[in-house]
Amino acid sequence: MTHMQTQTPTQTLTQRLANPTRFMDLSARIMPWLAGIAAAMITYAMYQVFFVAPADYQQGETVKIMYIHVPAAWLAMMGYGIVAVSSFGLLVFRHPLADVSAKAAAPIGAAFTFLALITGSLWGKPMWGTYWVWDARLTSVLILLFLYIGLIALRNSVEEENAAAKLTAILGLVGVAILPIIKFSVEWWNTLHQPSTGFTQTVDPSMRTPLLISALGFTLLFLAMHMKAMRNEILRRRVKSLTLTHVERAQSAPHTAVPEAR
Amino acid sequence: MDLGPHAPFIWASYGIFTVVLAALIAWLLMDGKRQATALADLEARGVKRASQRTSPV
Amino acid sequence: MSGFWTLLKRDISLALRDGGALGTALGFYLVVVSLLPLGLGPDLNLLSRIAPGILWISLLLAALLSLGRIFEADYEDGSLEAIAAGPLPLELVAAAKALAHVLTTGVPLVLMTPILGLLLNLDIAAYPALLGSMLAGVPAISFLGSIGAALTLKARRGGLLLAVLVLPLYVPTLIFGISAVGNAVSGPQGPSSSFLILSAVSLAALVLGPIASAAALRVQMQ
Repeated sequence: MTHMQTQTPTQTLTQRLANPTRFMDLSARIMPWLAGIAAAMITYAMYQVFFVAPADYQQGETVKIMYIHVPAAWLAMMGYGIVAVSSFGLLVFRHPLADVSAKAAAPIGAAFTFLALITGSLWGKPMWGTYWVWDARLTSVLILLFLYIGLIALRNSVEEENAAAKLTAILGLVGVAILPIIKFSVEWWNTLHQPSTGFTQTVDPSMRTPLLISALGFTLLFLAMHMKAMRNEILRRRVKSLTLTHVERAQSAPHTAVPEAR
Repeated sequence: MDLGPHAPFIWASYGIFTVVLAALIAWLLMDGKRQATALADLEARGVKRASQRTSPV
Repeated sequence: MSGFWTLLKRDISLALRDGGALGTALGFYLVVVSLLPLGLGPDLNLLSRIAPGILWISLLLAALLSLGRIFEADYEDGSLEAIAAGPLPLELVAAAKALAHVLTTGVPLVLMTPILGLLLNLDIAAYPALLGSMLAGVPAISFLGSIGAALTLKARRGGLLLAVLVLPLYVPTLIFGISAVGNAVSGPQGPSSSFLILSAVSLAALVLGPIASAAALRVQMQ
């Protein structure tokens, strides 16, 4: 049911977006821009990576993998952040679109987590000699993937939509509460068992710019995909509720096939 | 473009990146189309939302 | 608070009466620990080096087995709703049940560890540290596990889903638990930092577990 929402000056963005119809309108206008700017930035970043940025002194050309691995790892975390904020929004504020946001973010976040792991592995083979290394960063990302899988599996295991929303939100918040502890413990474990792998944090300025542009471009892409997934989910729920209404009315009033004579 | 001795790894990384993202975008677009079609179909059959009903049933 | 102790006593006596659950968990613990040398080879040096890890992981898996039942039994016959409608806050209900699991399953599993340590040629000097770390970690295992149990209460493949959800949450406990075995539980400077962090994680689980479990149970009983 749509309410007429008077736009008071104190209404926050999330309040204004609480109305699904308004969200659909706004997102229909914003999404093409998001996607377009994302595509442009990614294209420009790729041009920089392949034609401008220099090879690394130690790693040679394989450092090019960094320009997609680092954004993927960052987006893996940002995706979970979106899930966490959405979960909070559902449980604490009962925001109407919070569950839609959480449900939409999980598969996209999981995909980028997977990409971070694969590119990390493909980067690791030339760098460290093996396809998998239990270094702190890769191990934490692997566990993050398990957390995503848990979210998706839990949601699929519950049929009733409301219950699924709330249970998944609880799991999301538990995960985000424990995630820093997991990261801390994995880093601790890593320093116990192997010396620092020498992965340099400092990035040369000539590499920093393409990296930032790439990261920003893929972030915008993530947001555009998230927005599209939310739109799809809103449509899906509308279809479901309309189908339900349709079935209910057909069952309760079997004679409405013949219109009432006036 | 000479990407050095480890070129296959670089191509594989960028390749799988492209494939996964393309698949994700394709799924999003197809799913959207599917839902929009289902919605249009329902509305064509006269099923209206409670808020859109102009006369009480 | 008296309701808390009543519920705790009730759950403990129910668990003692139905020895099957504990027996299965202990049996599983034994089987898994016995299976590993069969897979890894009988080299006692190797086994003694990795024994703490094997025992910790097998303990986690055995505890996971029994966690599904924490709320299930009462939910199935309606007692859970009756208890939830009572004066005791649902968070304390969840805490009592998790504590009962600690006492009736977690601790017995830990007590069985020395025997299994013999199978793996565990270094005698490591026994106190291992048992100490396990006892410090068992609250985390039960209380974090109770969250999974509440979330998967009505799910079809609940047991497997429970494991998928909860095992990542066990990572800090596992890491600090094993680390605490390596560094002696207590030295001249007092308890080792791993042991302290392990205990801190368990304490945090004592708070987080009941809150999250109760929230999930409320959803399940709607």
